[in-house]
Amino acid sequence: MVGAADWAGVAQQVVAGLSSGGTYATLAVALVLIYRATGVVNFAQGELAMFSTFVAWTLTQHGFSYWPAFALTVAASFGGGIALERVVIRPVERASVLTVAIVTIGVFFVVNGAAFWIWSPQVKSMPNAFSTRPIRIAGVAFSISDLGIIGVSLLAVLLLWFFFRFTKLGLAMRAAALNPESSRLTGIRVSWMIALGWGLATALGAVAGLMAAPPLGSFDQNFMQPILLYAFAGAVLGGIDSALGAVVGSLALGVFLNLLGTYVSWVGTDLRQAAALAVILGVLLVRPAGLFGQALVRRV
Amino acid sequence: MSRVVRIAAGLVAAAAAVALVLVLPHWLSDARAAEFARAGCFFIAILGLNLLTGYTGQISLGHGALMAVGAYTTAILTANHGFRDLWTIPLAGLVAMGAGFLLGLPARRLSGLYLALATFAFAVAMPALLKRFSGLTGGSQGINLFDKALTRSTGALGPVHVLGRTVATNDFLYYLTWGTGLVLAAAAWVLVRGRVGRAFRAVRDSEVAAASSGINTGFYKMLAFGISGFYAGVGGSLFVLVSNWFVSPTTFAFDKSLLLVVGGVVGGLGSLAGMALGALFIQFVPSWAGNVSNAPGAPSVFFGAAIVLVMILLPSGLGGVLRKLTEPLTTRL
Amino acid sequence: MPLLELRGVAARYGPLQALRGIDLSVGESEIVAVLGANGAGKTTTLRAISATVKTSGEVVFAGERLPGRPEAVARAGIAHVPEGRGTFAQLSVDENLRLGAHVRRDRAGVKADYDRALERFPILAERRRQAAGTLSGGEQQQLALARALMQRPRLLLLDEPSLGLAPRVVADFFRVVAELNEQEGLSVLVVEQNARLALASSSRAYVLEVGRVAVAGASAELQRHESVRRSYLGY
Repeated sequence: MVGAADWAGVAQQVVAGLSSGGTYATLAVALVLIYRATGVVNFAQGELAMFSTFVAWTLTQHGFSYWPAFALTVAASFGGGIALERVVIRPVERASVLTVAIVTIGVFFVVNGAAFWIWSPQVKSMPNAFSTRPIRIAGVAFSISDLGIIGVSLLAVLLLWFFFRFTKLGLAMRAAALNPESSRLTGIRVSWMIALGWGLATALGAVAGLMAAPPLGSFDQNFMQPILLYAFAGAVLGGIDSALGAVVGSLALGVFLNLLGTYVSWVGTDLRQAAALAVILGVLLVRPAGLFGQALVRRV
Repeated sequence: MSRVVRIAAGLVAAAAAVALVLVLPHWLSDARAAEFARAGCFFIAILGLNLLTGYTGQISLGHGALMAVGAYTTAILTANHGFRDLWTIPLAGLVAMGAGFLLGLPARRLSGLYLALATFAFAVAMPALLKRFSGLTGGSQGINLFDKALTRSTGALGPVHVLGRTVATNDFLYYLTWGTGLVLAAAAWVLVRGRVGRAFRAVRDSEVAAASSGINTGFYKMLAFGISGFYAGVGGSLFVLVSNWFVSPTTFAFDKSLLLVVGGVVGGLGSLAGMALGALFIQFVPSWAGNVSNAPGAPSVFFGAAIVLVMILLPSGLGGVLRKLTEPLTTRL
Repeated sequence: MPLLELRGVAARYGPLQALRGIDLSVGESEIVAVLGANGAGKTTTLRAISATVKTSGEVVFAGERLPGRPEAVARAGIAHVPEGRGTFAQLSVDENLRLGAHVRRDRAGVKADYDRALERFPILAERRRQAAGTLSGGEQQQLALARALMQRPRLLLLDEPSLGLAPRVVADFFRVVAELNEQEGLSVLVVEQNARLALASSSRAYVLEVGRVAVAGASAELQRHESVRRSYLGY
């Protein structure tokens, strides 16, 4: 007999799942952004997000409270992403996608190593973004933190969507990604559009990291790696071509993994990651384009 | 360039390569020889990866896992079933080839990013799988061959007797790996020049065109995965022998798969010298980086920076530079 | 002084020399045609102007040398409608038009031009929200022209506008171009394989052969020119 308490529990777990899913979604959108703009998967996306989070942590150790540190870090990450693109990606702009992918792997090592070098390997902990008190909605206790993370993640993605859909610059960026040749003829500086894309993606990554860190309690320099895995899984599930797909896929994955972890007792951390991998493989085998992606039509 | 000159140049290059491999240990310390032997294992795996990525245009982030298959085959057969370690090498290659075919099954329908993700999932899952089937694989403990294998062919830490001569252990391992590498490189060279090689290149250049010319692209993709799997398996099998005769699930974690791709591209796909340089790069640069500074994370920074610098300055890889310098002499593989 | 001048312009694609030093000019409010067979270098000529191919020689626009980057050429007031139209197929008609005005800063002017574009090409108004790729060939050609006009260019470069289009559609298109030339003084450099049409629509023309100017002059005269008639007009 299913009592009311069971549904409350499920609701809480769903919300908790959406909350982790929200951080995956933000990172997944960053991945999709760069992928659509340049055809490259940025392997270093997670590490960059981690680096941003550590920068924010340092700020909080020097008198900043969470939200000012958040704002400063996201802004700095935007600039950092642009700088990174100009210095490291631009020189290999014309090279093959494989070459650029290897460069992002190199960046992965540099950023990961730099984070260990600059901050000791000792675990850190991040002040809370939101109050830790629960809030009662329809008689069920939800964590404000969960709701807050969902809100911030969705807000970030929505702002980005708004930017791309309704602003002149956003339109130019979309055009540059779709058809660089024609864009140049229209006067769009395609190279700078790519740099901007990197800036936005890095800023989004910072949001993801800053949302993911506080609930962890304690975290170290490797904390974004599982999240990157889940972001990939979410993006594949939703369709790596589509930002909407990445968001929906990531949220769904977050809920799925959380419910799996809660109600199937033998699924520990290791197996959560394995479950994500299984999702990736499963989707790729059955419907590579994902739920929302367009089946690749090959131009002959 | 006239054909005769090209063939002559190729032969000279091949002879130079063989000579270099034969002679090098005289200048190497014992420890260095061991490191070169490790690089030799990577060289073999990268040879296979080159067939897959450079020639057939399929990307794989899972070849470290295929090395693991080869490694564990050797370990299990030698430790638990009393095989002589050297005889297990080709067997390890065959088992890994089978695994490669399996990996190639989904590859027929996937390409580019999707294939990368699928092979990535395979590579990340492998250590977990190895831990799970602990009855066969010894679980997280791994398998230690140190006592069991060596009395048969490679000896413990003493010199090795082969062909009536006595060779230091690490030198023997060096010759074993690079010698096998040269033989397999020659085999790949022959393969590439034949029908299979042409089919591979056709698939790489345009799958649609290849298919409309009657080439069974799915079959050739699987074949490429299988053959490169064989190479990876041999590389993995040898890796066990040169790594203190020990293997565990973390020996071939995802980072090895990544390193192989890095080694292949940094070295320069398509050039024999490049692949050797790539193997040396991924073996030595991380440890050089560690020598520069031992602070946590520092070696990573230098290694990553080295990768980025090489790719920016030499987009066609280390072998590309060598190729430009010695255009007529470098064997194109 | 002509609006556009090419002096000794040469261009190559790798080992292939596509242009071997051509001299060409377009005056204010002129329509000039470039004719020639496939591979003669017609498209390359336009690419040389819009800097989408590396060139040697001088390209002078309104008295100044053009910069070597396509974005800057667009900003200088040249709109290039490439072969195949170059529309953004996945974006809507509306978005394509808005992109045309990317280089402009006068919002009121852009709005006015946008409305005029929809008036001049009613079919675009009808299909405003549709993806550009779903339009027919003729409609896409109109969209390409409308988008170029949104730039308020001084010089319009058209690459084979008649390609793949029905004769009626093509005739309409050239009529619109002629109107724009008469009413607004727009200068046009049009590359065409359809020699008869091109000569009828232009005041001057150049005939290219293997990367060089073989014949040049007033279109009316070229229509009567012996070798032009034989090679390009078919009689």
